[in-house]
Amino acid sequence: MRQVIFALLPACAVAVYMFGLPALVTLVLCTAGCIGFEAGCQKLMRRPVAIADGSAALTGILLAMNLPPSSPWWLSLLGAFVAIVIAKQIYGGLGYNPFNPALVARVVLLISFPVQMTTWTAPTPIGSGLDAVTTATPLGRAKEAVMLHGALPADLPSGFLGSFLGDIGGCLGEVSVFALLLGGLFLLWKRVISWHIPVSFVGTVIVLSGIFWLVDPQRYPDPLFHLVTGGLMLGAFFMATDMVTSPVTTKGMLVFGVGCGLLTVLIRLFGGYPEGVSFAILLMNAATPLIDRYLKPKKFGLVQEKGGAHA
Amino acid sequence: MSLADNFIRGLWRENPVFKLLLGMCPTLAVTTSAENGIGMGLATTFVLVCSNITIALMRKLIPSGVRIPAFIVVIASFVTVVQLCMEAFVYDLYKALGIFIPLIVVNCLILGRAEAFASKNGVVSSIADGLGMGLGFTLGLFILGSVRELLGSGSLLGVSLFGSGYQPFLLMILPPGAFIALGLLLAGMNRFEQMRSRQ
Repeated sequence: MRQVIFALLPACAVAVYMFGLPALVTLVLCTAGCIGFEAGCQKLMRRPVAIADGSAALTGILLAMNLPPSSPWWLSLLGAFVAIVIAKQIYGGLGYNPFNPALVARVVLLISFPVQMTTWTAPTPIGSGLDAVTTATPLGRAKEAVMLHGALPADLPSGFLGSFLGDIGGCLGEVSVFALLLGGLFLLWKRVISWHIPVSFVGTVIVLSGIFWLVDPQRYPDPLFHLVTGGLMLGAFFMATDMVTSPVTTKGMLVFGVGCGLLTVLIRLFGGYPEGVSFAILLMNAATPLIDRYLKPKKFGLVQEKGGAHA
Repeated sequence: MSLADNFIRGLWRENPVFKLLLGMCPTLAVTTSAENGIGMGLATTFVLVCSNITIALMRKLIPSGVRIPAFIVVIASFVTVVQLCMEAFVYDLYKALGIFIPLIVVNCLILGRAEAFASKNGVVSSIADGLGMGLGFTLGLFILGSVRELLGSGSLLGVSLFGSGYQPFLLMILPPGAFIALGLLLAGMNRFEQMRSRQ
């Protein structure tokens, strides 16, 4: 857990740099809220208080990454409550939650408070002299234009490098692909996560969005655009790889990643919401027990009888 | 078992919503507001009392092999009565409850009471049982509906309570909110009873 938190620090730093104090407040509120609810819940349920394991803090940081920087304080705290109490402790605590707590909280908030959850402020780096400018996310603009005019806006691919480094509007964890990749590679290097889920997830997004782009570039944005916008990197490296809610076998992880990628692209291109990473991961979380069941590794030395009953 | 006991049992000790968990389909589906909850509860109570009376009267005539179809025919007749009355007199509520009014036919609470009580007891005690169970059901729907309306729209029985600054927690009046609210209510009640029995 500590290493995952450590890996998220660069992205946090970029977010705070880009969005200033509100981002820091959101981060602190979510993290403190999650730790507080975890401790309170465990006390109330007479379980050992285990906030030192860092899982609540991690959920808090991931939750903050999934909120817009201008979130009001109650949005952060309600999110922390949903994540820890409803999505985690009620199911039995760490290791028993079928869904990623931070994502459950994000989706609950997104459905309940669509206005607050989609009011984005443009990045105004510390020292730029600006207070706050509201803006739309690139994905949101792409979706709106396709819905209204049937084609992408002309000014959409505004600099790959900018969105790669962090110069776009969005949630805290959507701004800088670079910082997230840095953290993701650190996790891979430390072997906290394996490559299967991120690679199959991102790969599927590239291939599928590439096919659509080749068919009709007027209507569907190119794969690079899909890569650097939205929560894809955050989802692929930090949330889909959650050990509790993803399959245990490598084959299962590949299926899981492909499923996530497929659903993400479908929701982004054809769904009602501009961004589909969180829904995709939650849906695949739900499918995880099934994947694990069908892709059980063969027991060592076991010979399957022809047409016989399974052990 | 006394008459009063038959009546009171359904209100709390064997409350259909919170203790027996019967009739979950309308419980979860229509409780988006306290008013809908009461309307649904009273419609169900009417059907339940009437079907209990009819089945208690005919309990010696119905052959046990075909009792379930017979019960359903009786229940369906009263549901049709309720549906037409609601369409005539409380049209708004009728529109709000929609498909769930005809679906009272398959509410397992009603069939359950017919099978477990009315087919084995006299008319008077069946009335008491139907009234108790029906009002208990109404109470359950009212509580769940109030909680969801309070959080999801910031009002109670249509009266806005928190002023315009309140941001409604929309999830609570959507389907997942029904499951979450009912689950938390049940957990709270079990905890309360546990603490009470320990003392």
